[in-house]
Amino acid sequence: MDPKQKALEAQFQARIDADEKIEPKDWMPDAYRKTLIRQISQHAHSEVVGMLPEGNWVTRAPSLRRKVALLAKIQDEAGHGLYLYGAAETLGIDRETLLEELHAGAAKYSSIFNYPSLSWADMGAIGWLVDGAAIMNQVMLTRTSYGPYARAMVRICKEESFHQRQGYEILLTLCRGTEAQKQMAQDSLNRWWWPALMMFGPSDGASTHTEQSMRWRIKRKTNDELRQQFIDATVPQADYLGLTVPDPALKWNDERDHYDFGEIDWAEFWNVVKGNGPCNRERLQARVKAHEQGAWVREAAMAYAEKRQQRQEERNINPRGLKNLAG
Amino acid sequence: MTDKKNWPLWEVFIRSKNGLSHKHAGSLHAADAEMAIENARDVYTRRSEGVSIWVVESRYITASSPNQAASLFDPADDKVYRHPTFYNLPDEVKHM
Amino acid sequence: MKQAFFEYLLRLGDNALVLGHRLSEWCGHGPILEQDIAMTNIALDQVGQARSLLQYAGQVEGSGRTEDNLAYLRDVGGYRNVLLVEQPNGDFAHTITRQFLFDAFNYFQYEALRHSRDEHLRAISEKSIKEITYHLRYSSEWMIRLGDGTEESHQRMQAALDDLWMYTGELTEVTEVDEIMLDAGIGPGLHSIKGLYDEKVSAILAEATLQQPTGAWMQSGGKTGKMHSEHLGHLLAELQFVQRAYPGMEW
Repeated sequence: MDPKQKALEAQFQARIDADEKIEPKDWMPDAYRKTLIRQISQHAHSEVVGMLPEGNWVTRAPSLRRKVALLAKIQDEAGHGLYLYGAAETLGIDRETLLEELHAGAAKYSSIFNYPSLSWADMGAIGWLVDGAAIMNQVMLTRTSYGPYARAMVRICKEESFHQRQGYEILLTLCRGTEAQKQMAQDSLNRWWWPALMMFGPSDGASTHTEQSMRWRIKRKTNDELRQQFIDATVPQADYLGLTVPDPALKWNDERDHYDFGEIDWAEFWNVVKGNGPCNRERLQARVKAHEQGAWVREAAMAYAEKRQQRQEERNINPRGLKNLAG
Repeated sequence: MTDKKNWPLWEVFIRSKNGLSHKHAGSLHAADAEMAIENARDVYTRRSEGVSIWVVESRYITASSPNQAASLFDPADDKVYRHPTFYNLPDEVKHM
Repeated sequence: MKQAFFEYLLRLGDNALVLGHRLSEWCGHGPILEQDIAMTNIALDQVGQARSLLQYAGQVEGSGRTEDNLAYLRDVGGYRNVLLVEQPNGDFAHTITRQFLFDAFNYFQYEALRHSRDEHLRAISEKSIKEITYHLRYSSEWMIRLGDGTEESHQRMQAALDDLWMYTGELTEVTEVDEIMLDAGIGPGLHSIKGLYDEKVSAILAEATLQQPTGAWMQSGGKTGKMHSEHLGHLLAELQFVQRAYPGMEW
């Protein structure tokens, strides 16, 4: 590395170490920029793909109150995707390019959304567990070193606070309902628990990005720390519902002051990441279809905007022109 | 070519209530200014966050360069006489 | 009179519910993120209006039915929405055209309902009119944008307009219920609304460079419940699935 580059990087790291925020036009190492683009766009894609399993139930919500609440929540996710694409765009890449990568299967998104939503209880479990897991990560990211990402996260965390409560309330209602409803809730927890734990990513030993991301203060906690934090917070909530967490090894450990838990099925994790989850193909196809079928709409809006501007300019050049034509 | 079809990026500024100035809220895509206002309303004021919206196409914003930050902003750091605490007045003098 | 008022509120509520439901089908599948959010906002407004109206309908009926009883436990024959709003989403052109053709009517309807003799309906209308004003502005702008956009968008919009035009007559068709409501000072005169509606629609279609269909037979039967289209049954099958599969439970 040439000395000038080295000096710049040292300066950059010093700013990070002093907890200064990095802003779009500041100098930053290429790798930092790339890491951020990868992470922020994955995050944005996750929000947008994450709309699908919930959208699957919005037309079947069992009451009008539930329907508006779920709809508002999914809409928030669209908004969050939008904020995040915006944050990524400050790094000099446009949304269209990021979407192309997603649609080509070259970009990742959270694997949890490759599982199917099969019952109304899943709207509860997704809100409680998936949003619950996401929020652990997002609260940490409000302090991430890149300014626009941190600001988007602040906004997102503020808005997300009702999502988890909504999910938990759905399950609470089911658990206080009939046997069939309780069974529906338990079945849902059984299916979503392990995928929710996988949301935090591979364990620290196997995570390729964690160390550098921690040094750059993009991440401020490791995957395993966040996962443990999530389990510790969530298990008592499951107890309160009267549901059984599907992990026979789950047990409070006084010495560690944490829950011990069973081994995650990493083979399943990597398999879904590779594209073999139950819904990978469907999710991606749904996104591609929406984008392709929207192409004529986007194009027409642009064409109209240009036409109108042109008409405006013509009027400005020859303000009496139109009158002459008319009269 | 694809560039032509994409909706440009707009920056959104929101006044949260009368008496406060507009503050940068974020960005979005829109084909024209009216659409940008409406999208901003739908995206950034879903929870009654605003009473007024400004939008401007991002490419029209000129920003100062961080390389010049030192020459632009540091000189203000030692102008302490611009701040009220620079002036010593006896405690008996009130309301000043 | 009470029965007519109940029917009338069902019409208002069902229009809002069915169209809101249709729009919610777009959620996650919009042509661009910004429009996904915009359409969901309209869906939220409409389902919100439906809740107030159906709740009030239940009160007026006086046999203890709630908004959810009314939404989830009536079959096709019990629904009182106009045929237009139950038509499937189709492409974005159909969705926007359906929205505009309905919004333009709904706007003048609610403008008038703000002066209804019924206090509660007046209050609901006062709140709704702000939302509906925005809906009409949104759908009008998109009519123009897509009608006068590209060759393809123009064709799609014209096709949508040709498909949906026959459902516009029902909007201002005067039925017995409408007459009773007009006499009671609760509902507006649909003749005068028809004039305003035609004027608004013609103006926007002209700006959108679209041809207004002429001489088409007008379908009706939705708001009287006499004959809905086949589409409504499928919509209700989805909307009501959980309540029907697990009857009588709290959700």
